[in-house]
Amino acid sequence: MTNSKSKTQTQKINCTIHLADNALILGHRDSEWCGHGPVLEQDIAITNISLDLIGQARNFYQYAAELINHENGSGATEDTLAYLRDNRDFKNCLLVEQSNGDWAVTILRQFLFSVYQYLLYKQLQRSNDTQIAAIAEKALKEVVYHVQWSSEWVIRLGDGTEESHKRMLKATDDLWTFTGELFNPTLFEKEAAANGYSVDVATLKNEWMQKIKITFEQATLPVPNENVWMQSGGKEGIHTENLSYILADMQFLQRAYPGCEW
Amino acid sequence: MNIIIRKFFYGDIPEDKSVGGIQSHSVSKNDWPLWEVFIRSKQGLDHKHVGSLHAADARMAIENARDVYTRRMEGVSIWVVESKYIHASNPDEAESLYDPANDKAYRHPTFYDLPDAVKHM
Repeated sequence: MTNSKSKTQTQKINCTIHLADNALILGHRDSEWCGHGPVLEQDIAITNISLDLIGQARNFYQYAAELINHENGSGATEDTLAYLRDNRDFKNCLLVEQSNGDWAVTILRQFLFSVYQYLLYKQLQRSNDTQIAAIAEKALKEVVYHVQWSSEWVIRLGDGTEESHKRMLKATDDLWTFTGELFNPTLFEKEAAANGYSVDVATLKNEWMQKIKITFEQATLPVPNENVWMQSGGKEGIHTENLSYILADMQFLQRAYPGCEW
Repeated sequence: MNIIIRKFFYGDIPEDKSVGGIQSHSVSKNDWPLWEVFIRSKQGLDHKHVGSLHAADARMAIENARDVYTRRMEGVSIWVVESKYIHASNPDEAESLYDPANDKAYRHPTFYDLPDAVKHM
């Protein structure tokens, strides 16, 4: 295999892992609500979403492991990718690792990310990599529901009581600076777009902003300014302190008892 | 004879206090109303009652029902109705309501000789 071909393959692996990490970390965050939801029905709803996301993560990790093993036969599996990589190797965006906060923060984080994921998966269905296209197609049905569920909650809270409105404003303040990164392509995303197995994420921004705007207006919330300073780095492994806590929680068992099963 | 009309038997319906409905648990004002959920399964022709849940509005009730009652592919269609609109018969009146039908065997259409030409009966 030529060097440049192998480099292309490495970027494809990075891109697939990035998609998986986004889903896993947000899925993990949502799962923290399990047993703590504001009411039983919403506890189940957020846990369902969490399971959807972890399912998507598994599909992407399995594919990434296949690519890795084909490349160097290192025996990667979905489990080694999820449980045995360190902080700096995770390529999820910063938005998904932000802590749950109150229900407003969790809802808004889900909404901001699900709309992005919806637009992305819609494009990924046309990926020239049939495996990525198939995963996206399957996941898209789930994400459509996540968008619907979370946008209704944004409206309900924004246009709800004085207290819920106030909390949505605070949640917007907390999360907005993490949204810029979504549309800022990294090296592996540029490569992915150039090779046709993923898309140029920058092109998703207008439609994303449009959906945010419509929903925020319905929720009587001021539409945030998209041209403010934005955080970045997550996709390249530079994370907020939050990720380490998640990994400590998530990876402890496999680190302490390697290979343990139950 | 002192008959109390009891209106509600599914959970507790705090809004309507006018008809002496039983209120077994006290429910705070902040609780969402209760909804009854009916699901039609893939093979089934009719919606069947599967349980109840709390939700702020009909839309949320359907989504909650989707999340609570269709996680294992149980259904292809959901109905929800606010529990307060369900009027139930009183279990205490079961004897007078249902027992009289017990010895009326002639109400079952089992006394007819069917011609052989009639199929699918």
